[in-house]
Amino acid sequence: MSQSADRPKGGVGDGFRGWWNAQSRPAQWAFGAPFILFIALLPILNIPLLTTVGTNFGGVMAQFGAYALIAIGLNVVVGQAGLLDLGYVGFYAVGAYTVALLTSPDSPWNQTGPDGWLSKDWAWLAALPIAVAVTAMSGLILGSPTLRLRGDYLAIVTLGFGEIVRLLADNLEEITGGGRGLSQVAYPRVGVSEEFPLGVFSSGNVGKTLNVYVWWYWLTIFLIVVVLLFVGNLERSRVGRAWVAIREDEDAAEIMGVPTFKFKLWAFVIGASIGGLSGALYAGLVQFVVPTGFNVINSVLFLCAVVLGGQGNKLGVILGAFIIVYLPNFFLGRQDILGVPINGDEIAQYKYLFFGLALMVLMIFRPQGLIPVRQKLLAYGRELFVAARKRSQREQAGGES
Amino acid sequence: MSRDSESPHDPGGFEAGAEVGEEYRSMSEDAFDNPVGPMIEDVAVVVDVADVHPELANPEVVAEIVAPTRDIGTEVGKPLVELREVTVQFGGLTALDHVTFDIRRGEILGLIGPNGAGKTTCFNAMTGVYRPTSGTVTFDGQVLGPLKRNQITRLGVARTFQNIRLFSEMTALENVVVGTDARHKTSVPGALFRSPRHRHEERDAIDRGMALLEFVGVGGRATEKARNLPYGDQRRLEIARALATEPKLLCLDEPAAGFNPAEKAALMDLIRKIRSDGYTVLLIEHDMRLVMGVTDRIVVLEFGKKIADGLPAEIRDNPAVIAAYLGVPDDATA
Repeated sequence: MSQSADRPKGGVGDGFRGWWNAQSRPAQWAFGAPFILFIALLPILNIPLLTTVGTNFGGVMAQFGAYALIAIGLNVVVGQAGLLDLGYVGFYAVGAYTVALLTSPDSPWNQTGPDGWLSKDWAWLAALPIAVAVTAMSGLILGSPTLRLRGDYLAIVTLGFGEIVRLLADNLEEITGGGRGLSQVAYPRVGVSEEFPLGVFSSGNVGKTLNVYVWWYWLTIFLIVVVLLFVGNLERSRVGRAWVAIREDEDAAEIMGVPTFKFKLWAFVIGASIGGLSGALYAGLVQFVVPTGFNVINSVLFLCAVVLGGQGNKLGVILGAFIIVYLPNFFLGRQDILGVPINGDEIAQYKYLFFGLALMVLMIFRPQGLIPVRQKLLAYGRELFVAARKRSQREQAGGES
Repeated sequence: MSRDSESPHDPGGFEAGAEVGEEYRSMSEDAFDNPVGPMIEDVAVVVDVADVHPELANPEVVAEIVAPTRDIGTEVGKPLVELREVTVQFGGLTALDHVTFDIRRGEILGLIGPNGAGKTTCFNAMTGVYRPTSGTVTFDGQVLGPLKRNQITRLGVARTFQNIRLFSEMTALENVVVGTDARHKTSVPGALFRSPRHRHEERDAIDRGMALLEFVGVGGRATEKARNLPYGDQRRLEIARALATEPKLLCLDEPAAGFNPAEKAALMDLIRKIRSDGYTVLLIEHDMRLVMGVTDRIVVLEFGKKIADGLPAEIRDNPAVIAAYLGVPDDATA
């Protein structure tokens, strides 16, 4: 019996992963697409117990979408390249403020007025790529001096960056409106009908199951799928391998010919642009941007989602984001679970305490996160894994009979 | 005599002299005749490479894929690397003191010396880990001084590490493909949109990577995480990863550390195979039997200075080298 078969198997998770990796690309889509559809339809299916009672379930899911996007972006930086970024909320803020500054009537740089170059209907959509580009630039500006630092030093500098962005937003009153924030931010004006004179994405579309939040949630899911495809392409390329190599052993990576600084900077820029994308979504969703939304605790929550779900695993961090957003809202306003009376509001209030406890327990029993990472770093060569899997299955079958 | 007790090498092997050649040969034959030898035993074949890549069943094809394809400016036999008066200082400590030697293209050069003699420092000065305090390293006609480490690798200097430094969470094949990436040009835009060049490079990397794994003998474990490989396979994988960067010079830092005699014999065969495939090899090793058996020329360092340079037979009889390793007898100093 060979060593590989003697080693204890990872259980259901590894079994599923092995099965999934052995499927061809079209087959993966055939299984994946209905699953994505199911996730997308969750807010309108109104499944009992799953649906939140204290807040609108669509709203919770829209927030989950925004967090999931952030977690994917932060995962590139922290999970893949191994660069601890404690100021990620800064990029989120830059994205949100870019959209707000360009489209809010309160902003001195508003471009949606009569003299502006943004059409009222398409302002949000046009501001989106600008927001992503501006955040990418901010990632470049933050990264180029700081990525020469490693580990703890980098974490402290990024922490400072997050705070600088928030303090700037708070104090540049003439531009950002300071603590009053910027209101009436543009949103995509589509689906205009008699019932919704401002389109389905407007905040007037409330009160029903298919409300404004669900529309935003669907838009976010679409963007998540696009971002996941791009990030997946990067992962299965020289870029993704360079990131993992840097994470594993930066010196060895450099000696093996990896231009480490360049790829660390790329990780920062890509992570930043995804964060900016999420910020732009958020600005459009709430149509109102204030500095208090970008506290350092948010950075910690984002990081919590990544660590909880499994650093480096794209699907894991989405699960992490779901837990971070959904669990407090699940308890909010809930009086009982399956007949057992609870004080849900109280539990939701202590969410940071419970997240802290959960992280500690996780670090003791499952430090690699809920769904541990197993990146695929090669674009081709699937046949090897299929052969290895068949072989180990055959050996297992032979050993059992 | 005090230094002798500090160095883990085997002075007996050093003294063994003429019969060294036959000794390793018979050992390596043992390893092949005896399939349950210690090296073979821990190889659990996970993938039958011949199933997936039938062409790799032929060692000649493998060797051909692995062979370097790059133009080397230096002719065979001429100095590929020239170290001139290289000095490396750490604060007040002089780790290398005006060391001068050449590595000729196509040879296997041994770099030996007692512990702390500066062998690894010499390596690090060549691969850009340390900048020489003074002196120059010229590689294939180019001075390495101001270059970054990854640029030096792209120029064609590859190395392995004394203490294994694989990317442990990656599979064996992915480790090797990181090496091949040193020659690739795709960056983020190409990878994002899966450009034709990216796809071509990816396919190429996997083909070459598999050939390299077969070449060093770990092809069957291509899909296993590097940290799950047995120790010997990890060392071989490091060599494959270094070869993947298509080096003009391969530097091996104590590749036989922790090996048993049969594994050492197999490693000697591998080093020879690498050389006959067209690579130049610089070898740091403590095991005298291995060094004497496999190298064409040897440079000896002691306390950061070069004390000898010559053919293995000359080195073996060199009084300065014997003194460095075994110490000077008390009656001689008295």
